[in-house]
Amino acid sequence: MENDIVQMKNITKIFGSYKANDNISLKLKKGEILALLGENGAGKSTLMGMLSGLLKPTSGEIIINGKPAKMENPREAKALGIGMVHQHFMLIPAFSVLENIILGDEPLKAGRIDYKKAAKDIEFLAGKYHLEIDLNAKVSDITVGMQQRVEIMKALYRKANVFIFDEPTAALTPQEISQLMKITHALSEEGKSIIFITHKLKEIKEVADRCVVIRMGKVIDSVRVAETKEAALAEMMVGHKVNFAIDKKEVNQEKDIFKIEKLSVEAHGQLKIKNLDLTVHSGEIVGVAGVDGNGQSELIEAVTGLRKCKTGTIMLNGKKIQHQSARKIAEAGISCIPEDRQNVGLILPLTISENLVLKSYYKKPISNKGFLNYKKINEDGRRMIKQFDIRSQSEKELVGDLSGGNQQKVVVAREISAQPDLLIAANPTRGVDIGAIEYIHEKIMEQRNAGHGVLLVSFELEEILKLSDRVVVMHEGQIVGEIDPRDTSSEELGMLMAGKQQAEEMGEIS
Amino acid sequence: MLHSRSLKGLAVPLISIAAGFIIGAILMLMFGYDPIQNYQNLFIGSLGDIYSLGETLRNMTPLILTALGFAVSSKAGFFNIGGPGQYLMGWFGAIVFALNFPNLPTVLLIIGSLVCGALLGGIWSLIAGFLRAYFGTSEVITTIMLNYIALYFINFAVKNWLASKGSDSSPNIVKKASLNTEFLQKLTNNSTFNWGFFIALITVFVIWIYFNKTRSGFEVRSVGLNEVASLYAGVNVKRTIVVAMLVSGLLAGLGGAIDGLGNFQNISVSNNLPSVGFNGMAVALLAAENPIGIIFAALLFSALQIGGLSISVYSNTPSEIVDIVIASIIFFVGIKYVFEAALAKNWRKKQRKTPDGGMDK
Amino acid sequence: MSLSTILMTVFSTTLIYAAPLIFTALGGTFSERSGVVNVGLEGMMIVGAFSSTVFNLSFGNVFGAGTPWISLLIGGFFGLLFSLLHAVATVTYRADHIISGTVLNLMAPALCVFLTRIFYNGKGQTPVIDQSMGNFTFPGLANIPFIGKILFTRTSLIAYLAIFVGGASWFFLYRTNIGLRLRSVGENPAAADTLGINVAKYRYIGVLISGALGGVGGAVMAQSITLNFSASTISGQGFMSLAAMIFGKWNPMGATGAAIFFGLAQSLPIIGGYIPILSHVDSVWFQIAPYAITIIVLVIFLGKAVAPAADGRNYIKGK
Repeated sequence: MENDIVQMKNITKIFGSYKANDNISLKLKKGEILALLGENGAGKSTLMGMLSGLLKPTSGEIIINGKPAKMENPREAKALGIGMVHQHFMLIPAFSVLENIILGDEPLKAGRIDYKKAAKDIEFLAGKYHLEIDLNAKVSDITVGMQQRVEIMKALYRKANVFIFDEPTAALTPQEISQLMKITHALSEEGKSIIFITHKLKEIKEVADRCVVIRMGKVIDSVRVAETKEAALAEMMVGHKVNFAIDKKEVNQEKDIFKIEKLSVEAHGQLKIKNLDLTVHSGEIVGVAGVDGNGQSELIEAVTGLRKCKTGTIMLNGKKIQHQSARKIAEAGISCIPEDRQNVGLILPLTISENLVLKSYYKKPISNKGFLNYKKINEDGRRMIKQFDIRSQSEKELVGDLSGGNQQKVVVAREISAQPDLLIAANPTRGVDIGAIEYIHEKIMEQRNAGHGVLLVSFELEEILKLSDRVVVMHEGQIVGEIDPRDTSSEELGMLMAGKQQAEEMGEIS
Repeated sequence: MLHSRSLKGLAVPLISIAAGFIIGAILMLMFGYDPIQNYQNLFIGSLGDIYSLGETLRNMTPLILTALGFAVSSKAGFFNIGGPGQYLMGWFGAIVFALNFPNLPTVLLIIGSLVCGALLGGIWSLIAGFLRAYFGTSEVITTIMLNYIALYFINFAVKNWLASKGSDSSPNIVKKASLNTEFLQKLTNNSTFNWGFFIALITVFVIWIYFNKTRSGFEVRSVGLNEVASLYAGVNVKRTIVVAMLVSGLLAGLGGAIDGLGNFQNISVSNNLPSVGFNGMAVALLAAENPIGIIFAALLFSALQIGGLSISVYSNTPSEIVDIVIASIIFFVGIKYVFEAALAKNWRKKQRKTPDGGMDK
Repeated sequence: MSLSTILMTVFSTTLIYAAPLIFTALGGTFSERSGVVNVGLEGMMIVGAFSSTVFNLSFGNVFGAGTPWISLLIGGFFGLLFSLLHAVATVTYRADHIISGTVLNLMAPALCVFLTRIFYNGKGQTPVIDQSMGNFTFPGLANIPFIGKILFTRTSLIAYLAIFVGGASWFFLYRTNIGLRLRSVGENPAAADTLGINVAKYRYIGVLISGALGGVGGAVMAQSITLNFSASTISGQGFMSLAAMIFGKWNPMGATGAAIFFGLAQSLPIIGGYIPILSHVDSVWFQIAPYAITIIVLVIFLGKAVAPAADGRNYIKGK
């Protein structure tokens, strides 16, 4: 009992009529690394929001260092030694690293900020915990990995004893991940306690001592990691046996549907795509793996006509499509499920049926001499709601009122019903519930099985390996390797993603 | 669902109006004026007889049009504060046309003047739209700047080109160019009520159709609600922005042109921007940019302004009290979140009492 | 007229017209650095101009020559009070910043002319103040050859003070912890919140400083240029200050510089007559110049990238 640094007792949190956390209890020892495992929406972030003072529990008690803690705001949580490293970094891009770290706890000298003293203190901590950071750089100019180290340093600078890492590996390269693991162990060895929020089983095995599994707002179990198998953890997380296999039909994959040759694309004055070649055949799903920010978004934007190509050709069914408008490209037969459905894929304050015609409203029979036929729009809407199993009140319901999974179904319905020759899917299942994930995967497979091409861009390696017929790896705007998903492990894929050329690796192996 | 939404939509403006009048009353009490007597005078002075009614309807005409103009740009996601400048340009354009072609047949003269005014207003707003679409320049700033450029330019033009030496006003337009006919004068006891009012009503209807039934209106709404998603869906966003700002300026310009032909019959040098441009914004905000709602909001504000004149005639209460009421109303519209939150709470309470009436959201 | 006299006239007229703009543009900078867009500067100036004029008229015989200076503080105080409306609406009640700013611009002239009529027998304008801000010759400095005459003789003391406030504002925003925090809530309020920084508090500070400085700006206008208050005392200076703030890239030093430039542009119609080349140019072009230049500068030199990242966005906790 003595060395329980954090105790959360019977915590319940209700938002409106929705119970995000239901009677959750949790303990954390000094120096312990505790994994908090659960799916998106299971209630992990809500729970940690309360521990870090951002949210107040509806009922229940938080005890820190043996004393009941009333945490009304983040400042009080911080004073009790709780440090949160958010999934979406809480940094100010326009400020320097140093300013970001000291913000809110600035050392003063004669009324002004004592930047020298601050830098000295931080450099000492950085040496102790092997956190490599550049204090004078602007946050907008540093890598994602360094941004994370800045977040960790922010907590260290505030003398945190308990670190909450919220999905810390989501945007990191495998190398950066292993560096993070080292830092995590170093913190634990210095007696700091860590809560590691994740839904990735492998990371838990690698780093955690103990694992608490949460599902639908309730604690399912608390287990010692060393004694538990990954499959068992997965089952606890999801609530049923997880089936990793998917049905792949043999289809004719001879025809080149889509071909990119020597494509270069610029963004913000930098060359983001360099001389890239890529082909998608009929009946084929080509997975594009890679760490976020290596040119995937620019590739999609270039293909869909949202960004200018500097050089090179993009061909669909043998016809050049680059330098055409987004609308012309869509008409030529390319559909796209964008990564960010709420801001890019949908217009939330419009109705479901309006969103469903977002790419076809200007064509007959919906548009006639500049006027829209709303009767037809709503009829089509009703039909597609049925066909794609979109759970909603009516076709006139606003898309913003739907759940994440159903919103994504609206996007999928619109894009697939355009009967594209090439479907681009960018992280199509990010942030949707398990049921919808399976449904969306099925729909993507259907496209393939019908002999169309699919380009799947995803940061989830599992998803890529599961669906793709062929996987290419993007690094710094280039394709650095191609693998067969049937006989490649995610480790190998990880090496490629980190920029290791396939050729060198081959050389090392042979 | 839809029913309760439209009810809620009405609740905010109604509460705001009531609160605005209460603020006005409190202020009058503080300085020893009789709010009830004043509000009564205000009502009689604006709607009490056929003459006042004519004045109120005439005064709401440009309000409707500048409000519609603001609403169109706002639906496209832009804050067009350029109403005053566009209105001025419209007024100027109509007078210039009418003065230069006095021998045209009546119908052509009037249509020509109105079109010329609307176009000048449209071009003025188009500049801001173009800069926004192609250079990303904030339309809030450019329209403010364009307001003052219009003001000083028109002052200069009136003085140097239109007015006779030493005068600050242009000559009057020929009688047949006026929208204020003898028939309407007789009907409304010699008020300034003119045909412009009906043009404004027709325009409201056209704009309603535009937003709700046309392809271009759908594009404007889409771009306004989510520019990125519209771009991704293949909408030509830049063209849509330009179109929306053009339409917006056309409307405000038409408002100025109608006022020029129907109300003023000439144009004068002015020290300040015309308040009708800003009041049009207020009207649109109160109406939540709904074209039909704009008619009612414009009626209210117009009645306040016309009635305000008689406040200071029948008592020594400064007529500015009505402007304070108007500003207060918009303040309350601005903080509508407070009322919406309160209403939502109330609504949830009722829901809990009748569990069957609930929905899964 | 000698060159030095012409330069002295140009310089002092520029400063006289720049002073209200500098204060107000600095005000705008504070508000927008904290994340609250402020198109209501015009309204804040009107309140400052009105309250300072009333004070000056009421207490001119008590405080004598010091009256206009005390009036500035009064203008600042009432500007601050008035800006509370903007702060409450935007920070506490999540109003759209531009709507709320517009309310300020609608409310200020209505309220101030209303009160003017009550205080001054139903007239829409106040009498002219007796104690106004005259020009000032720096003792000692004025004796420096050439430069002394141009810069320090019969010039605007308040403008020098304004420039000093510009420097102080820069120090405050970029060297003190309060400044760092104020800027942080304008860049990323969610991040600031996680560090225990009270977003609402710093936004209130930003808006209230803006109200105070805007009020001072309006007061300077009334105490040194128009010398009374009416509906047209402030006619566009608030918007021009907003432009100066943007022109100056939301930086106090930049805003000060831009305001001086606009002061020069505003003074051109007045001094144009003294300068041989300019005397034939019609004054309308000088009137239009600052506005047109602002648009051109915006188009050529800046898109929208340099504004504080969360400028105009309400912060809703937990979202």
